[in-house]
Amino acid sequence: MRIAVLGLGAVGKGVLRVLGEKPELGLVLTGVADSTSAWIDPAGIDPQTVLDRKCETNRCGSEGRSAADILDSGAYDVLVEVTPTNAATGEPALTHIRRALGTGHHVVTSNKGPLAAAHTELEELAREQGVALRYEATVGGAIPVIHAITRGLIGNKFHSITGVLNGTCNYILTRMDDEGLTYEQALAEARQLGYAEADPTYDVRGIDAAIKLVILANTCWNLGVTLDDVSITGIDGLTVDALRLAADQDCTIRLIGEASPERGLLRVAPRVLPRSHPLVIEGTLNAVMLSTDLAGEVTLMGRGAGSIETASAIIGDLLSIRDRFVECR
Amino acid sequence: MTNNEGLSSASFKVSGEVVSVHVSMKLEIKDSPGQLVAALTPISEYGGNIIAVIHQREPETSSDTLGVQIVLEIEHERLDTLVATLKRQGVNILRLGEERMLHRQSVIMIGHLIHTDIGDTIDRIDRTGFAEVAELNVQMPGISEPSTALITIKATTRSEMDRALDLLRSVATEKGLLIVEPLEEAER
Repeated sequence: MRIAVLGLGAVGKGVLRVLGEKPELGLVLTGVADSTSAWIDPAGIDPQTVLDRKCETNRCGSEGRSAADILDSGAYDVLVEVTPTNAATGEPALTHIRRALGTGHHVVTSNKGPLAAAHTELEELAREQGVALRYEATVGGAIPVIHAITRGLIGNKFHSITGVLNGTCNYILTRMDDEGLTYEQALAEARQLGYAEADPTYDVRGIDAAIKLVILANTCWNLGVTLDDVSITGIDGLTVDALRLAADQDCTIRLIGEASPERGLLRVAPRVLPRSHPLVIEGTLNAVMLSTDLAGEVTLMGRGAGSIETASAIIGDLLSIRDRFVECR
Repeated sequence: MTNNEGLSSASFKVSGEVVSVHVSMKLEIKDSPGQLVAALTPISEYGGNIIAVIHQREPETSSDTLGVQIVLEIEHERLDTLVATLKRQGVNILRLGEERMLHRQSVIMIGHLIHTDIGDTIDRIDRTGFAEVAELNVQMPGISEPSTALITIKATTRSEMDRALDLLRSVATEKGLLIVEPLEEAER
């Protein structure tokens, strides 16, 4: 199966590393593009050579060629869209994905922007074209929560989704709780360790968690909700005293995303939870609890970010597409 | 607002959960020194909160006994044990009054609580007539820094608790305060 990768940040590099280390998966790289260059070869490209070239020149391919050339060439079966997320417009990923689906190609993405902006439209386009749109890597990093909802728990009615969806916030709250650090101290530490961006607004104000909640809710219930429908409160106003008062009750505080159409809920907010609660997890971990009619409660927990961890989700999507579509052709 | 309840009574339990009952009981005790204290002691031993003790010397009771009406709050699951203990100690329970379920819910409130008139915040809940602020624990780190409080609300029904929390949320929005609520268990 031929793969084209658009975007060569941490996630794109992780995917290329796995493709290079596991040739037995049968995934052949035929196109790769970063923001300033591209490389197309229908005969196959060695992923390690791309990574070396990117490291040496900061370009993965030839100047003057771009993602659009790869899309024009059509020399791929599955597009892996891993360009940086733009929460407002979803671009340029949205254009890339529309183009690939519209020309009958499968798409695997880690990019939350296009799904937040146009989930329903993209799913319809994929259905019309008889191709797959897979986005496991958009939520919960390595955790196969989208697979759990759409495959493992298929046939269940979902009552609610509750989750810790942002590792940066979970790290900050863990440190405030464990060490009595102030919010500012814990944030500074998270930055130093590379867990928080230079501008942490998107994480600490709950926007990242809210986008992931929207993606999960639309996957579960297909109600076409958007970021504007989510009631969002971040963790930036929390005090050490708040964590201490919770600790006095054998509780703690975590940033929780909660969706339940039955209860009219679509909310991201810091919440008080007993320490024994399955969503009280440490550090940068993520967790999602699905409440269903048949299976009862199912909780998935794991690494919510990281280059190879996110690549795991993308590789899982690629192989499930191969099993479902490509081999029966 | 009552302030005679310890922090231990605060709870992040689900708002729908009944954690205590409001109950009145009429006891008949011997009219001799120490008997009233002996009857009241088990109540506090079982964590009950005595709200009122009313002595009444009624004509139909014999002269050597005393009728006492007690109004108390106690954890629901401890009420039966308390009644059994009182009986075992020879206290005659003439009447066990109607129980009123009490719902308690604690939330954390952060912001300029004092400067946004915490008295008014509490009054707004108390004035509803169906809910009241049962407890408040305020932590003030320093002048001009936001303070943090654990606020416990008491109401008699689940829907009244929900209305009280809605009211608290709107007061918080109006005053720019942050409310951190417990995560309710998913309904099964």
